[in-house]
Amino acid sequence: MGITRDEVAHLARLARMSVTDAELDALAPQLEAILSAVARVAEVAAADIPPTSHAVPLTNVFRPDVARPSLSAADALAGAPAAEDGRFRVPRILDPDE
Amino acid sequence: MSTAAPASALPSYDDVIARYEPVIGLETHVELGTVSKMFCGCATAFGAEPNTQVCPVCLGLPGSLPVVNEAAVRFAVLIGLALHCDIAPWCRFARKNYFYPDMPKNFQISQYDEPLCTDGYLDVEVDGEIHRVGITRVHMEEDTGKSLHVGGSTGRIHGATHSLVDYNRAGIPLVEIVTEPDVRSPEVARAYVDELRELIRALGVSDVRMEQGSLRCDANVSLRRRPAPGEPDAPFGTRTETKNLNSLRSVERAVRYEISRQSVLLDDGERIIQETRHFDESVGRTSSGRSKEEATDYRYFPEPDLTPLALSAEYVDELRASLPELPAARRVRLIAEHGYSARDLVDMRNAGVLDLVEQTVAAGAANPVAARKWWLNELARRAADAAVAPADLVITPADVARITVLIAGGELTDALARKVIDGVLAGEGTPDEVVSGRGLAIVADDGALTAAVDAAIAGAPDIAEKVRGGKLNAVGPLVGAVMKAMKGQADPAGIRALLLERLGVS
Repeated sequence: MGITRDEVAHLARLARMSVTDAELDALAPQLEAILSAVARVAEVAAADIPPTSHAVPLTNVFRPDVARPSLSAADALAGAPAAEDGRFRVPRILDPDE
Repeated sequence: MSTAAPASALPSYDDVIARYEPVIGLETHVELGTVSKMFCGCATAFGAEPNTQVCPVCLGLPGSLPVVNEAAVRFAVLIGLALHCDIAPWCRFARKNYFYPDMPKNFQISQYDEPLCTDGYLDVEVDGEIHRVGITRVHMEEDTGKSLHVGGSTGRIHGATHSLVDYNRAGIPLVEIVTEPDVRSPEVARAYVDELRELIRALGVSDVRMEQGSLRCDANVSLRRRPAPGEPDAPFGTRTETKNLNSLRSVERAVRYEISRQSVLLDDGERIIQETRHFDESVGRTSSGRSKEEATDYRYFPEPDLTPLALSAEYVDELRASLPELPAARRVRLIAEHGYSARDLVDMRNAGVLDLVEQTVAAGAANPVAARKWWLNELARRAADAAVAPADLVITPADVARITVLIAGGELTDALARKVIDGVLAGEGTPDEVVSGRGLAIVADDGALTAAVDAAIAGAPDIAEKVRGGKLNAVGPLVGAVMKAMKGQADPAGIRALLLERLGVS
């Protein structure tokens, strides 16, 4: 394992998080410690133990293809920071210089 | 030659193709025709008011959990089987993480390294030659919302001040069908999408309407130098991906443009930048989209809110057995059984009457050629005039079958049949009801017909004399006069025979 300061900066950028240099200095070793702790699982996971992606051993959980009532547009938009013409209004997606 | 050459200055396409081999792969997104969304019970109908088919799951509200739509999985397996794919006995969904407001969750549920269907093919025919296009994978995912970009020019994202998002489409089940880089020409690219669309339509799992976005295509295009004789193939060049082609014509034009554009860069010794591009239909060119550099870092991981799919061999075999007749097999059968040509089939399909013609034959049409003729020549035109699909005309295949039988039996001429069609389309009932209601049957009654024949002979004694003298072809004007007197409701051949008989020369 191992996570570098640059990788933390990259992840912060992907997650649209503004992280200062000082925070990067602090976060990188902390994340490194967390990853190392979790990586200890690898010490007991033998080749015959498949990785698990789900907490319960279920497969094929389906719902029938039946339409159910949706929210009204008013309810759907009630929690939106901004709305216009029955739609969610979101800030400019691309920077002007992009 | 400048790299900024306008389209008019591009080298001739034939010249480019002589030097470079295009390598084309296609990614096609198909919205599945389920009643409800992929992971929630919201309706999927096209054209609803914005944000009226949304719920906590497809809006990504905290605490909501997705559950897989059984029909969507079944439809995806049917597509995979029809494309001769292997169906994974075990696979999972994955989260594709990105920040773009078309997905309110900030991720899209998709499949990554464990697609549902892999390793198939689709055979595509162009000018009588079969091209086998390998299918790399068919995976399931959810569609995204629709954004309206406000404040920029012509609704483009560039220069917009803000965007408005409708999430009705978010969460509609999609399959993405990815080909191998097997396609070598714009014509085959178009034919592939066309054949894929027919295949999926035949399966009944999507309405595949490109103009409504329920089938959309991305084209990956690269060029490589054609090897000299005896040399091995050159490695693939760098590719570009032209997104969201929404008509067959656009697929062909965009690929053709990319081939020419890339050839100019390569001729100048420049390199192709791997990027997404957008095709502008109005000018027929592609332009650079956003750089892919960071956007490809989607940090996929298995979707923890969904359980794996583990489809049994029995389930897959049942679906395989339920596959309907597929378009390629149907074409072979129709040519063999009904005597149509490949061209006839293309014409009927393009006119949207192939199913109707087949139903008309099944309903007892006089013969398959008549069924084709009436749908293709007359009814397709009537439908176009009324701006409806031929299938939505009031007239049924059974009605058309009956009309062909009446014509074959000598009870209607083609001209009278058109009047019968007028009546059926006007809601006057079945063909037989229109025939009796409008009095359209050919008059075989000897009384009226004989009277008209005698009147015609009396009205043109000079012509009658010529015919009596042996000039049988001179009888034409008399036939015309009788037809006129009978208001067209007579059989010209019968009139001619009767005239000759009355003139004593039969």
